[in-house]
Amino acid sequence: MSWRVWVPLLLFSGFLGLAAYQLTQPKDDFVQSAMVGEELPYFDLPPATQGAQGAASADFRDGTPRLLNIWASWCLPCIAEAPQLEALKQQGVEIVGIAIRDRPEDVAQFLAENGNPYARIGRDDLSEVQLAIGSSGVPETFVIDGKGVIRYQHIGDIRENDVPKLLAELEAAR
Amino acid sequence: MIAEIGHAALWLAAALAALQMLAGFLAVNAGGEGDVARLVRPTAIMQGVLASVAFAMLLWLFATTDLSVKLVAANSHSMKPMIFKLAGAWGNHEGSMLLWVTVMSLAGGLIALVERRLPERTMQATLAAQGLVSLGFYAFLILSSNPFERLPVPAPEGMGLNPLLQDIGLAFHPPTLYIGYVGLSVAFSFAVGALLTRQVTPDFASAMRPWVLGAWVFLTIGITAGSYWAYYELGWGGWWFWDPVENASLMPWLAATALLHSASVLASRDALRIWTIMLGVVAFSMSMVGTFLVRSGILTSVHAFAVDPERGTFILILLALFIGGALLLFALRANTINEGERFAIASREGALVFNNVMLSAILAIVLLGTLYPLLTEAFDVRVSVGPPYFNPVGAIFAVPMFLVMAVGPLLRWRQDRLDRIRPEIALFAAVVIAALIWFGLVMDVAILPLLGLALAVGLGVASFMPLRGRKLTRVPLATWGMVVAHFGIAVALLGMASESAFSEERLAAVQEGGTTTVGPWTITLREVVPVAGPNWTATEAHILASYDGGEPVYLGPQARNFWAPPQETTESALATRWNGQLYAVVGDRAPDGRWQVRLWWKPLVTLIWFGGLLVAVGGVLALLGRVVADLRRRSIARKIVERRSEEEAFARSQAQEASA
Repeated sequence: MSWRVWVPLLLFSGFLGLAAYQLTQPKDDFVQSAMVGEELPYFDLPPATQGAQGAASADFRDGTPRLLNIWASWCLPCIAEAPQLEALKQQGVEIVGIAIRDRPEDVAQFLAENGNPYARIGRDDLSEVQLAIGSSGVPETFVIDGKGVIRYQHIGDIRENDVPKLLAELEAAR
Repeated sequence: MIAEIGHAALWLAAALAALQMLAGFLAVNAGGEGDVARLVRPTAIMQGVLASVAFAMLLWLFATTDLSVKLVAANSHSMKPMIFKLAGAWGNHEGSMLLWVTVMSLAGGLIALVERRLPERTMQATLAAQGLVSLGFYAFLILSSNPFERLPVPAPEGMGLNPLLQDIGLAFHPPTLYIGYVGLSVAFSFAVGALLTRQVTPDFASAMRPWVLGAWVFLTIGITAGSYWAYYELGWGGWWFWDPVENASLMPWLAATALLHSASVLASRDALRIWTIMLGVVAFSMSMVGTFLVRSGILTSVHAFAVDPERGTFILILLALFIGGALLLFALRANTINEGERFAIASREGALVFNNVMLSAILAIVLLGTLYPLLTEAFDVRVSVGPPYFNPVGAIFAVPMFLVMAVGPLLRWRQDRLDRIRPEIALFAAVVIAALIWFGLVMDVAILPLLGLALAVGLGVASFMPLRGRKLTRVPLATWGMVVAHFGIAVALLGMASESAFSEERLAAVQEGGTTTVGPWTITLREVVPVAGPNWTATEAHILASYDGGEPVYLGPQARNFWAPPQETTESALATRWNGQLYAVVGDRAPDGRWQVRLWWKPLVTLIWFGGLLVAVGGVLALLGRVVADLRRRSIARKIVERRSEEEAFARSQAQEASA
């Protein structure tokens, strides 16, 4: 009996140590896409609004790295990241947008109010493409290299200090 | 003003908890007597009153939607129905922690008020421990989660309550569970008190037992209701997900179930002293560990709690102090407490011990499965532990437990022979084997549900066998409680196994006016219309469902959109028959105009929750039986004292007369 009465305390100390260690670790609540490093799944989307070009996976195979931006006109953080997308466009980055569960007139109004950084915008009414590339929310931005392989995933809106990282990833994908 | 009254009551209650703790420990050192000792009980009672005042003030603030209070503004909305305004008071971190300390101090106040069976010194030690634990949670509440904090400028409108929580079942689910979780703190304090004073006696077990029973009944109801809520509100068609928050409620229940049975052994036979103490500590520790896991955000769960690492650190320190302290005390004292009476393996105690070990093993498995992701994340591997682990591994211990549970209640205390109950064992075995053959060979059910079905049927029969040959009107209430609770386990098990063995699912895209089938049901989608509620709009499907060609019943599943805060929820629609439930969910509209409809036919699924309720009813019967017996014993004791004093007075007057 003598030593066994210490077992519960010992086990509990182990739990305490583990819990304390985990509490000090930064918690990453984002679900990273398992598609990073994989080729883009096939898609061919119609334009999201009048006057825009639709988006297809084939567009990404011409040797230039691009950004693929998953967004929606009903998404507030998408408004917040609009200036950063504009800045990226100024730097010569080509951005392909995919509008999630959106209406053409809302998309048009959003672009009129917040500027249009997109070379192409496809419409994804059932989030099919979004799910296929492993994105779980809007906005998300992917770096796609010139062979159509997903290189990097940015979750959430792009802040000013995220821009250099995205540019570096684009450069690395070249 | 209301918020300030609540805040002040909270501080005063915390001060009284400190006094209760200090006075209690001083009194224990002084041998349980003196002026300080007399302070302990009234302090505990007053602390309970003040905590209740604080909670009442919070309810008041939510009822009147006082938007100058941060918590109200963040969790309520002026347009909500009154019942959900009140439920909003505990539908958030701060309010629920206030509910937690309120229940804890009320429980402490109640034992101070009514518990007179134990030596006074043990009671003081118990109340001191209860004061110490309460004090920790008061500190947590006041220093890091103050529910009465004001906003510098009142908000124009509240943010609303999570729409998933705007459901009448869920409004009462957390308080029920909390009474269960925190009620176990009494068992914890009793165990610590008994360790401090080395008074581990049958009296200690019978004093602790009603409290454990009460908490256990609430836990049972809370878990059952929570499972039903998840089933119809989340729209996944499942009733248990092995989610960390669900496990957090299951673990204290398992520990409390084991404690209940080992306390019975200690009360009746003066055996299992150390084991009972250990379980007393473990049960409430599981409540606290569960709270930590859920509140610290250290594990990811479908249950949305405000996650804050700072709060997590605070609770972890409390855990280290309380659980670590209790386990240290246990390690230091356990060797000085003797184990108690011995018994044979084939005896009532033997069966209870076996099932105690099985329950503890299942508890360990659930705990391990819940903590495992935490362990692997330390090595940067993300895993999710689910049914493929919990179901089979749990079954390894659950199956022998159910077998022993069928025959254990038939055995006599201390020593018995299995051949004495041979007819009963034969009947049980025959039923189980017949069910195995029927479901296994004829209906071709998979192994785990097959075992569940066979054991459920056998156990259902066996649970009534303790009544055989007894006059039913003379069977004690507590025995009825056991019979009903064991039968409830069989019923719930039958529901679980049947749901897993016989459920049918159909995901179909249906045009308005079109039909589809699932199991014996034919379903017609009449139309889909928009509807509006007080704070949501929805698309509602009008469905006619006909069972086996019979009279159709109407179902109206909805996909709701709440606007404060914006969120979509699914409102499933259920058609309940005696032999099962049809479960319908409406989804999105496809581009071609067809609607996604998801349907399940789940035979006997309702038995899961009926069984759970039966278990709770059994607990209530047992509790009533114990309390009635206790009251009777007290009144007899009082009469004996009265009689004796009358006799003494008479003898004295006789003597006076004689001398005169």
